[in-house]
Amino acid sequence: MGFLIETIFGGLMTGMLYSLIALGFVLIYKASGVFNFAQGAMVLFAALAMARFAEWIPQWTGISNPIAANVLGFAAAFAVMIAVAWLIERLALSKLVNQEGITLLMATLGITYFLEGAGQMLFGSDIYKIDVGMPKDPIFLFEKAFEGGVLVNKEDLYAALIAAAMVALLALFFQKTATGRALRAVADDHQAAQSIGIPLSTIWVIVWSVAGFVALVAGIIWGSKLGVQFSLSLVALKALPVVILGGLTSVPGAIIGGLLIGVGEKVSEVYLGPLLGGGIEIWFAYVLALMFLLVRPQGLFGEKIIDRV
Amino acid sequence: MAKKIGEVILEVKNISLAFGGVKALTDISFDVREHEIRSIIGPNGAGKSSMLNCINGVYQPQQGSISFKGQTFKHMNSRQVAEMGVARTFQNLALFKGMSVLDNIMTGRNLHMKCNLLLQALRWGPAEREEIAQREKVERIIDFLEIQAYRKTPVGRLPYGLQKRVDLGRALAMEPKVLLLDEPMAGMNVEEKQDMCRFILDVNDEFGTTIVLIEHDMGVVMDISDRVVVLDYGKKIGDGEPDAVRQNEDVIRAYLGTSH
Repeated sequence: MGFLIETIFGGLMTGMLYSLIALGFVLIYKASGVFNFAQGAMVLFAALAMARFAEWIPQWTGISNPIAANVLGFAAAFAVMIAVAWLIERLALSKLVNQEGITLLMATLGITYFLEGAGQMLFGSDIYKIDVGMPKDPIFLFEKAFEGGVLVNKEDLYAALIAAAMVALLALFFQKTATGRALRAVADDHQAAQSIGIPLSTIWVIVWSVAGFVALVAGIIWGSKLGVQFSLSLVALKALPVVILGGLTSVPGAIIGGLLIGVGEKVSEVYLGPLLGGGIEIWFAYVLALMFLLVRPQGLFGEKIIDRV
Repeated sequence: MAKKIGEVILEVKNISLAFGGVKALTDISFDVREHEIRSIIGPNGAGKSSMLNCINGVYQPQQGSISFKGQTFKHMNSRQVAEMGVARTFQNLALFKGMSVLDNIMTGRNLHMKCNLLLQALRWGPAEREEIAQREKVERIIDFLEIQAYRKTPVGRLPYGLQKRVDLGRALAMEPKVLLLDEPMAGMNVEEKQDMCRFILDVNDEFGTTIVLIEHDMGVVMDISDRVVVLDYGKKIGDGEPDAVRQNEDVIRAYLGTSH
């Protein structure tokens, strides 16, 4: 029993990280109707920027305090992500107003390759460390209930808390503020939004900046766990089944979808692995997503699309 | 109540618009006076919606100019036009389907929100007060259009006639000088049409809003318009008061055809 709970905990933590990346997809989709294939590349780009700036800033300025270096690095990386958002709007999206979703999807595919290339060109292609001082030591929970208790990584707990806080903030932002309302309006209908005077370009820069911020946080958490390397961009592929499961338009869906997939793949790896020969973790998410597409294509929490005929 | 029709507020001069080889509009000129209800009619494909889209800044005409309150503009996008005080509704509903009626109409207040986006995002003091003030105006529009009961309903779930009303409400929320209505009564039953007519007349009367109306229902057009422009194959074939237009031979020919 203790082992099962430990496995579930492990799954929840990985799931939280999937959720963070999926959140970026959902944000941009909700606010501009674009399926942003570049979210993974943005995570990589942001993490690279963070890792390098945290290293460069002490060299440039002679600040030796690690906290100050990290804070400055974070600020610099966020500034870079805002600049990226602005450039994407200027150079790509603004030319594609009122185009089909598929056109915009193709554009984000292009942005993906650009960001992957530019990131490694600017920041280098080695494996970098991000050390934001997350505690690495494990703790034991429920020691009274089970023998030996349940081992949980403190770092994972912190990551989960950060992710939960971000989700709450974003949900409030979308539902309760005038800006959030304008974002939702743009997502529904570009032309109508323009006709009532909502500035498309500003809105897009805001959304992509927020998505950049989410990517940065996800990148830092992944990066401090596993190091910043090119494969970070591929982790984002795991977020695709998450958004299919949770629904492309739902912030809570992204979170629950991520958790379900995180837990599902860990538990099935541990318990079904010996029977099926292992490696389940790699394909579990995709098979689950496929099944969802067959049964409930809009996902758990997505808006069901009803067309008048 | 006798209406006070004022000076020319919107003037369209020699507008020509082509999509590749298709000439949607050829050399169209007309004016709209303050407080009047000006209709644009014509058979299908006559270029009515294209005309409206030119005024609204969706299309950029290749030739001609449009002036609003004496200011001439050539290249405007929809947002700039909105800022000048021109609102519109859409022929094929373009509401924000996932959002509630209230939120849809609130978006129409966007231009009237003075606080910057950052303050709004944080719901900082002034932004909060502003939101409440805007909400009051929106509630008045909701009362006016008699859609109180649907305030929180997602618009996608409302019947068509009510969606059209919400579309009108969103445009009204902008407190426009000129309101462009693209077939506000298309697809409605008689009762819904009567309601819509009443709203249009009330808007014109109470708020003094100038209205440019595209409509297919001749009865409605002839009843409520002050002046009518008739388009056919992208050309203007008639312009004047409803009675004069009704007698115009070109107009009769365009609508009824002629024997050869």
